[in-house]
Amino acid sequence: MTSFPAILRSEWTKIRSVRSTVWTLALAFVVTVGIGALLSLLTNNNFTEFRRHDADTPFDATGTAFSGIMLGELAIIVFGVLAIGNEYSSGMIRVTLAAVPQRATLLAGKAVVLGALALLVSLVTAFVTFFLGQALLGSHSTTLGEPNVLRAVLGAALYLTMLCLFAAGVTTMLHNQTLALGVLVPFFFLLSPILSAVPKVKTLAHYFPDYAGSRMLLVYEQHGQPYGPWAGFSICLAWTAAALLGGALVLKNRDA
Amino acid sequence: MIELHDLTKRYGKTLAVDRLSFRVPQGVVTGFLGPNGAGKSTTMRMILDLDRPTSGRVTIDGKRYGQLSEPLKYIGALLEAKAVHPGRTARDHLRWLAQSNRIPERRVDEVLSLVGLTPVARKRARGFSLGMGQRLGIASALLGDPEIVMFDEPVNGLDPEGILWIRNLMKRLAGEGRTVFVSSHLMSEMAVTADHLVVIGKGRLLADLPMPEFIRRNSRSAVRLRTPQPERLLDLLAGAGLRHEPGPDGSYEVVDGDLAALGELAAANGLVLHELSPQQASLEEAFMQMTADSVEYHAGDGPGRDAAGAPGVWGAGWKADGARPAAAVQQEEN
Repeated sequence: MTSFPAILRSEWTKIRSVRSTVWTLALAFVVTVGIGALLSLLTNNNFTEFRRHDADTPFDATGTAFSGIMLGELAIIVFGVLAIGNEYSSGMIRVTLAAVPQRATLLAGKAVVLGALALLVSLVTAFVTFFLGQALLGSHSTTLGEPNVLRAVLGAALYLTMLCLFAAGVTTMLHNQTLALGVLVPFFFLLSPILSAVPKVKTLAHYFPDYAGSRMLLVYEQHGQPYGPWAGFSICLAWTAAALLGGALVLKNRDA
Repeated sequence: MIELHDLTKRYGKTLAVDRLSFRVPQGVVTGFLGPNGAGKSTTMRMILDLDRPTSGRVTIDGKRYGQLSEPLKYIGALLEAKAVHPGRTARDHLRWLAQSNRIPERRVDEVLSLVGLTPVARKRARGFSLGMGQRLGIASALLGDPEIVMFDEPVNGLDPEGILWIRNLMKRLAGEGRTVFVSSHLMSEMAVTADHLVVIGKGRLLADLPMPEFIRRNSRSAVRLRTPQPERLLDLLAGAGLRHEPGPDGSYEVVDGDLAALGELAAANGLVLHELSPQQASLEEAFMQMTADSVEYHAGDGPGRDAAGAPGVWGAGWKADGARPAAAVQQEEN
């Protein structure tokens, strides 16, 4: 058996020795923080106008700060795809598997390293997004001490981490970087948001990983919400686990 | 030692590797020869447990590949030249590989210098030529200081300098007592590097024998004679009881003939000779004849399956002393 700590060290060296890691994670940070800051500033400056139509629901200062997460998540999905997929596009997967023939253990090692890095970046992103957003919202801001706010900020970080690992699992299943990007990016950018707005279909779309996971970000209960934040978290976690398990099965049983 | 036992790999209807059994002898260079598509790369991938055999098995030092703890310390392989992330530096590529098998990191710099890549160690692999990619692949194969090294078509696409470097490297590795298993589709390449030869065609074992034995069996020699008086020559040969075959451009060839004796025979009888030369069948020709059946089978899928190959095509294969290129004795680099 190849030792697990050795696999972790090796995967850590892999992940930090390519530029795509830096730019995808930096992009996730910049986009999430930037768009959130912009929307927070605009909201603060045009508060009465923005709130005219939904005066009956409470203003969600946390949600406003996290307006950019729908785009930021794409960057972290791309990070997840590239971290796994580049081994397939370069043929390096065969070098890796020759070095570490225990395939399920290898994937577990990859997931731990990828997940830890994604979680770290997501936590920093989430807190910076929150505090910057609140600073720009001025008198309309909220604090971490308010009910559900800390859960929403941590939820944002977990949400991004789970999507990254989900993308990694799907890429392992598809064993093709280009295909994985071509499936995952349109799905999360277009298909899922559109379907979750279409009557009837949206019942199904409400169980997609992104809709489910993003329930964690809600501070106030929304009208017509199918389930609560922790149920959403569990659904998203189940998707992530299923993708990684599927990836492990494909990796184990397929010729490399 | 690598041992294959009835190794078989089937892709749908295609039988890529067909009940292949052989051992790779220790401490020598074994050439794994076969036409393109014979199943060499598939076999090598199965040795590394990358492709799973349909049936049969491979063992390395008696164990399955997956049972080797830190396999890079047993067997190092180069399968593809540029199986490297283009954005990663040569050094970082070797570092992750070393870490995965708990190989000390100083070994990374050692192998980089061994393959001559020290000056570009911190350059990203994107800019590497094929030759440099090949050297990096060889560096990764040698990283764990393994007893066995395996190279798949290492000279493909290389310039003459690169080819020579790889040849010398393989001999040096075998000289250090390592087992070298190298595939090629070129007999001429194997003739100058291999000590032992395993030939496959259509996934089946065609030959498994020491190189000198292969040469002895396959390079029949002949003496070529050319004369403006062919009738007199034929009379003389018939008188001396020598078997002959027609050669190119109106010449005649005496199989296993004695050059000096034939020259003296001509002189004693006042026969004018325009040519008197030793001929040797190239090993390339012998190899092509051996695998002709399997190649034809690939193309035409015909029912004929006599592995012996048709005799009598020898005439086409006579070539002036071309069997063993002189490069075999070139000096070592560095």
